[in-house]
Amino acid sequence: MDVDRELEPAVLTVSEVTRYIRDLLESDLLLRDLWIRGEVSNFSRSTAGHIYFTLKDEEASIRCVLWRYVAEEQTHLLADGQAFILHGRVSVYEIQGAYQFYVDLVQPAGVGTLYLQFLGLKERLEREGLFAPERKRPIPPFPRAIGVVTSPQAAAWRDILHVLERRYPLVQVILAPALVQGPEAPRQIADATRALSQETDVDLIIVARGGGSLEELWAFNEELVARAIYDSRVPVISGVGHEIDFTIADFVADLRAPTPTAAAVAAVPDAQEYKATLQRQRESLAESIQRQIAGEREDLRYAQGTLLRLSPRAVSERYRLRVDDLGRQALSQVEQRMALQRERIRSRTLQLTTLNPKATLERGYSISRKLDSGMVVKSVAQVAKGDRIGVQVTDGQFEGTVD
Amino acid sequence: MSEEKLSFEEAFQELDKTVQRLEEGELTLQESMALFERGMELVNYCGQLLDETELKVKALLPSPGEGYKLVEYSDEEGIS
Repeated sequence: MDVDRELEPAVLTVSEVTRYIRDLLESDLLLRDLWIRGEVSNFSRSTAGHIYFTLKDEEASIRCVLWRYVAEEQTHLLADGQAFILHGRVSVYEIQGAYQFYVDLVQPAGVGTLYLQFLGLKERLEREGLFAPERKRPIPPFPRAIGVVTSPQAAAWRDILHVLERRYPLVQVILAPALVQGPEAPRQIADATRALSQETDVDLIIVARGGGSLEELWAFNEELVARAIYDSRVPVISGVGHEIDFTIADFVADLRAPTPTAAAVAAVPDAQEYKATLQRQRESLAESIQRQIAGEREDLRYAQGTLLRLSPRAVSERYRLRVDDLGRQALSQVEQRMALQRERIRSRTLQLTTLNPKATLERGYSISRKLDSGMVVKSVAQVAKGDRIGVQVTDGQFEGTVD
Repeated sequence: MSEEKLSFEEAFQELDKTVQRLEEGELTLQESMALFERGMELVNYCGQLLDETELKVKALLPSPGEGYKLVEYSDEEGIS
């Protein structure tokens, strides 16, 4: 509005003033984000599917709009004459110059204000991305140190300690004590979580509280706690209340466990499983080495066989057999030859016996030899007068001279 | 083994690798025996850690003027 106020009164168009009013309403913190309780009347649905109605109490009424895309998401259906608590923002419908309540959440009037606060905060933090699935960090498989935010007086702490002791005593536990209900609780839980994250080297944090009423669990629905969990350097497991209880802390946590005990179970591996695995590893080791030893033994046996076949002893053994063989052959040949010789000698002896001159001598013959030459005298031409001769007869020899 | 002070995780991972290498084979008997012995050592070490370790618990308390400090926590006496 480009108007010089000192010179003349401002004159605005209807559009200008309407937009001004709209901006005013839309910039108001309360009107931007509020719950209104009232009774529905004049309910109507347009052909486009949008819902128009009036919310009223004894003294006032306000026109309301529920866009089709919002209407489709509601679990509670609006109906004339019934009381509801509606969440939304107030703005201006410029064409009609009317302010309206643009509804984005419908709750039956029976719910308490705590629940409405819960829904409001949940919606806001969700929009901001605190619950985003891609933000969830994995729980370390072998945590070395775990921080626990809870009250040391409560059963939850006993349960957690018991589970950790039984499942995985290797882990170190750091308790960051905090009141878990009452007005001090949110601040203490948030501080304890931040302290564990910033002042220690834990690699996992458990935020836990045993079961209780909605009011008793309320601390875990506070924004302070949600922010501390979100800001944590390490993954956070929430274990608040019972199975059915969902808190804001559960939505922000990297992992939501239904109870404190379940949170501890989710935080550590199970030593019993590892013992079974160790036993299997032990067996694998033994099998492997036994298999290899059996293989090596087989190889050894084979090599031994080869070696024995090629050893000098085996070779000499084979030659010995061969020598024996040859020996036997040689012997039999020698024996044959000797027998032959013996036979020959015998027949010669016989011959010799037959030819022996002695036999002739015995029959009265004699042998004459010239004494000077020893030549046997077979003819008179061989001797001359005066030659000395020896005459052999069967029993000796005598000498004479040729006349 | 004792001087190395392997964490359970480290020991368990080494054991896993040892078993795997041994199962793959293609090692000399001497290498295999060394791996086997190492493996058994690791099995016993891990088992011992699981059996003999006791849960250590401490408490982180706000300390006026010093931020936070770690103190011993005993099961019977609580925070000391």
